[in-house]
Amino acid sequence: MDNFTVGVVVFPGSNCDRDVSWALEGCLDIRTKYLWHESSDLSDVDAIVLPGGFSYGDYLRCGAIARFSPLINALDEFVKSGKRVLGICNGFQILTESGFLPGALVANKNLNFICDDVELEIVSSKGGWFNNVDEKQTIKLPIAHGEGRYHCDSETLKKLVDNELIALRYKNNPNGSSFDIAGITNEKGNVLGLMPHPERACDETIGGTDGLFTLKSLILK
Amino acid sequence: MDQFAVKVFVRLRPSVLDPAGEATKSASIKLGAEGIKSLRIGKMIEVKIEGNGENEVKEKIDLLCDRLFANTVIEDYEYSLEKL
Repeated sequence: MDNFTVGVVVFPGSNCDRDVSWALEGCLDIRTKYLWHESSDLSDVDAIVLPGGFSYGDYLRCGAIARFSPLINALDEFVKSGKRVLGICNGFQILTESGFLPGALVANKNLNFICDDVELEIVSSKGGWFNNVDEKQTIKLPIAHGEGRYHCDSETLKKLVDNELIALRYKNNPNGSSFDIAGITNEKGNVLGLMPHPERACDETIGGTDGLFTLKSLILK
Repeated sequence: MDQFAVKVFVRLRPSVLDPAGEATKSASIKLGAEGIKSLRIGKMIEVKIEGNGENEVKEKIDLLCDRLFANTVIEDYEYSLEKL
């Protein structure tokens, strides 16, 4: 595992890339490499994080323009090979816009940009993303988004439930998300998208460590 | 090559809650406007585009609408086309 490298994608407008890199390197001793969005060579990274922020100014819709970057085009093969991809906040929005995950993220019900700590229920640990050693069923992570209301049609929701693709649900739904959904995985489990920020909960001095395990699971096979 | 002016309307699907529309509706009522039953906000995109005839341009616009202008999970689109 010594050479295991996590690629942290940098879009124009990403602003959580350095936090993710700090959490991985400083808290977990996992090597990272920044990947500029125009790069399509993913050969020297073993997992990828799409960090939060406002890629391309979130013009048109959040994540809509980022979807057309060379890096996202190259992601298809990376995902098919079974390697792990974690999309946080804007990264989750990009994963839905580009079709790696179903549904869409739209404006919060109360139209506010919500910056808060939220309690989350771990619904499924498909892919091992929340398979915490102490098997906590509830975790607390920070959220910071204006467009985090998960939306999908009833058919998609049924599929998510039936196939155990819902990873996280809000205990007290802050944004009006369908079925209180805060995070989902793909069917294989190697792609996780979530609105909360695990990288902001990796050190007791900044309020908690409930995000550590999710970042650590990037190195799972 | 013909040139066309295209107006694309992108709307949230009826099943998707539009909180910005709801807030604007509430402000409209406060302004004294009566009888508003529904108010929803969409986008209008104007495109000037060249092509060999209407059918070719429609093909291009369909692709743009389907893959970029609208997210069909949450939005519907329609457009009008005028030859310049």
